[in-house]
Amino acid sequence: MSARTLYDKIWDAHVVSTEPDGTCLIYIDRHLVHEVTSAQAFSGLRHNNRQIRRPELTLAVVDHNIPTSDRSQGIDDPESKLQIDTLRSNTAEFGVEYFDATDVRQGIVHIIGPEQGFTLPGTTVVCGDSHTATHGAFGALAHGIGTSEVEHVLASQTLLQTKSKNMQVLIKGKLQKGVTAKDLTLAIIAKTGTAGGTGHVIEYCGEAISDLSMEGRMTLCNMAIEGGARAGLVAPDEKTFAYLKGRPKAPKGADWDAAVEYWKTLKSDEGAHYDQIVILEAKDIAPVVTWGTSPEDALPITGSVPDPQSFEDEHKQAAAKRSLEYMGLTAGTSLDEIEIDKVFIGSCTNGRIEDLRAVAKVVEGKKIADRVSAMVVPGSGLVKKQAEEEGIADILIAAGFDWREPGCSMCLGMNPDRLKPQERCASTSNRNFEGRQGHGGRTHLMSPAMAAAAAVTGKLTDVRTMVDS
Amino acid sequence: MKALKELTGVAAPLPMMNVDTDMIIPKQYLKTISRDGLGKGLFHAMRYHDDGTDNPDFVLNREAYKNASFLIAGDNFGCGSSREHAAWALEDFGIRCVIASSFSDIFYNNAFKNGMLLIKLPQDAVDTLTAQAEYGSNAKFSVDLESQILTAPDGTEHKFELDEFKKHCLLNGLDEIALTLEKENTIASFEKSSTQNHSWLTPAN
Repeated sequence: MSARTLYDKIWDAHVVSTEPDGTCLIYIDRHLVHEVTSAQAFSGLRHNNRQIRRPELTLAVVDHNIPTSDRSQGIDDPESKLQIDTLRSNTAEFGVEYFDATDVRQGIVHIIGPEQGFTLPGTTVVCGDSHTATHGAFGALAHGIGTSEVEHVLASQTLLQTKSKNMQVLIKGKLQKGVTAKDLTLAIIAKTGTAGGTGHVIEYCGEAISDLSMEGRMTLCNMAIEGGARAGLVAPDEKTFAYLKGRPKAPKGADWDAAVEYWKTLKSDEGAHYDQIVILEAKDIAPVVTWGTSPEDALPITGSVPDPQSFEDEHKQAAAKRSLEYMGLTAGTSLDEIEIDKVFIGSCTNGRIEDLRAVAKVVEGKKIADRVSAMVVPGSGLVKKQAEEEGIADILIAAGFDWREPGCSMCLGMNPDRLKPQERCASTSNRNFEGRQGHGGRTHLMSPAMAAAAAVTGKLTDVRTMVDS
Repeated sequence: MKALKELTGVAAPLPMMNVDTDMIIPKQYLKTISRDGLGKGLFHAMRYHDDGTDNPDFVLNREAYKNASFLIAGDNFGCGSSREHAAWALEDFGIRCVIASSFSDIFYNNAFKNGMLLIKLPQDAVDTLTAQAEYGSNAKFSVDLESQILTAPDGTEHKFELDEFKKHCLLNGLDEIALTLEKENTIASFEKSSTQNHSWLTPAN
């Protein structure tokens, strides 16, 4: 057999059947479900008198809609409550395991999958959420799907797919001090554009990628979708196995040994073909912030707001002009002069323990600026518990952060956590779209350390000037 | 799903790149547990003023485009969130065909599963079509799916590419889940061999 990429290998191992035009039926090993994109799929099953083919391969959790204040007394918003109650009754009716809002294992769907050992290398993972790309950090082929596809997977444990092209993103050398996986993933998108990965699955390669922790790899792959890619992948290695070993749903005993033996074969062959290769030098990447309303609008913090006329393409010029109007920014302003009102630490991009540690490291012994209101939303109940045990929560609370219950929260503002019109936020989330964090709200994406620095100074700040990291 | 063989109508021009699904249908409409009635929320932030009244400048509020069945958009249409509500909202409003130079992968799949046709054309062609769409209600576009040809108001024909399988399902309004479930034996035999070779694939506890 000719040399294959990691993506080729996982794909080949999951083809159930092939149509004459190349459309394939792909087997799905893991399915994650949350309250916002599943109700209509369960209704469809019921309407057509269909069952779930293998309920043990689906795991459900509530995350998008729930408040991050105390939830023990239930949820006030009647629409949110209905959606959550519907997920609870659907999972009970169809026999799917479900983590409710009061379960310590509850959290953002893409945080709990890996945390529970549900996500495994070499598997196919889907969820009705675009940030399913996160799970690619484990060498799982993971991508977001729509509700019709959720129903298709529930009914058949398969999906109809056309194979994507292979794209390699190669990071040469080591990242500099103070530069994180978030800066890396934003720098990649700034280079490729938000449509640069469309129709492709990205494999991230190179020393800087191997050096990343599993948390960092999840941050990296999480935003593959913001670069337009179907999925992002990192080949599994000893770090991957160490992360998974002993997790509740990970294989045990002889199954574990057999799994690791197989997982070790999951890497691209020498000479495998990539349709597109993008190379970045790690040493050129600085801490990054976004200035506009697309994740590709990212620049080093040492830069300034660009002039829309500086873009060659007329469509991009129009987009940049609209972005600056929406963001209330003037071309030429130094990025580190932009004052902020809010800080949001959390999301499936940066809501893991490593992210909270990074924030604590920056703010320990300091106070957040008077003008700023800052919230921390741990990615799961288990992350929250660990952060409390490690003393991180105490550090953040002492600095003036609001310490919340887990969920998606202000990443998309489906719950009460939202920006007000024209409020400016330093956010560790993944999308700076118009209105994403609240109607009229202005989002600057950045790493947890950078958001922590902004919380302390009240403006976008190069974290390297604050700590010796 | 609804079949689509031919379609004729007015095209609303929306020459913006990176129109994301948050923009197509914002968060407040995602709390529904139904697929229906989302057309009212389509492009909410651009279509309505903060007090809820129509923004007369937005293309879908202009008289000529209130019954548009085509939308001509910029590059990377439908990027971002996987919410199928975006396709449901467009379809509920009456848009059955969107033309752009590229679409996000997830939105592309979602749209076809709801009886919509997405046409990818080079940006130059999209720019020309956008200019023609600006003529309003007299500028009729038509598409013939069988021959994969879009005819512009000036009579120019644009051939477009489409996977055979997607075309077949859309032409005949087929239920993809029912089609897949006909392959029960193939799926079962795949499962048997995969479980035998990789017993670790079944989640612990």
